[in-house]
Amino acid sequence: MIPDAPGSADATASYTARVTDEPIDPARVMARVGSAGDGAVLLFLGTVRNHADGRAVTGLRYEAYLPMAREVLEQLAREAAGRLGSGGVAAVHRVGALDVGEVSVALAVSSPHRAEAFEVARTFMDDLKVRLPVWKRERYVDGSESWVDGSAISPSSGPDSGGG
Amino acid sequence: MERVRALFFARYRDLVGASEIELEIPEYREGQPFTVVDLIRHIRSRGEPFSELPPDATVAVNRHVAGADQPVRPGDEVAFLPPVAGG
Repeated sequence: MIPDAPGSADATASYTARVTDEPIDPARVMARVGSAGDGAVLLFLGTVRNHADGRAVTGLRYEAYLPMAREVLEQLAREAAGRLGSGGVAAVHRVGALDVGEVSVALAVSSPHRAEAFEVARTFMDDLKVRLPVWKRERYVDGSESWVDGSAISPSSGPDSGGG
Repeated sequence: MERVRALFFARYRDLVGASEIELEIPEYREGQPFTVVDLIRHIRSRGEPFSELPPDATVAVNRHVAGADQPVRPGDEVAFLPPVAGG
């Protein structure tokens, strides 16, 4: 007998999504996915790098349209879970002031086999970049700051577009 | 006249100098919807600094990205969203 795991009993992937202004603990994000039926667990971390376009960066500030960002992140996770079929998706995005090296986004994906976990994780991050209402302000060594050029936001593909 | 709550983020907030304003819009009439494109034209017609908002700015209505011809109704929350850079 394989014991039932939450979200895996009916071959539907589980998902969670969160926007936070506190430091992200990757181990806790990863602990939200993975069950007896999964043979792969993938963890992606986006981190603050110390350079952009040749300029030395000392930190970032992320601003969000919070209620919408929460809804969109959850929608992205739901779509990813729909693509997976079984397994799990957990996503966390940080807002506020971050130093170099800190985690801005964490995504954990588990699935029975690795191929779909890699594919779903890549699609999730590509979609996040053009759909999540979050903006990034870089802080440079000389004390100046500027908004990072972003991508024109794409509409959600709809509330029930799980299959993509 | 009736009102919507207009929100501005990042560059647009810096440009406008406010994160939120109350904006008067015409009363809703069946068959003569006041749309997102009307809203943008309306707010730009207030002059500086609003006229510096792009005519093709992305607008979310009640937290969903809206097309140019989507109606805007009194009481809606409309948000002007500059190009995004999460992740």
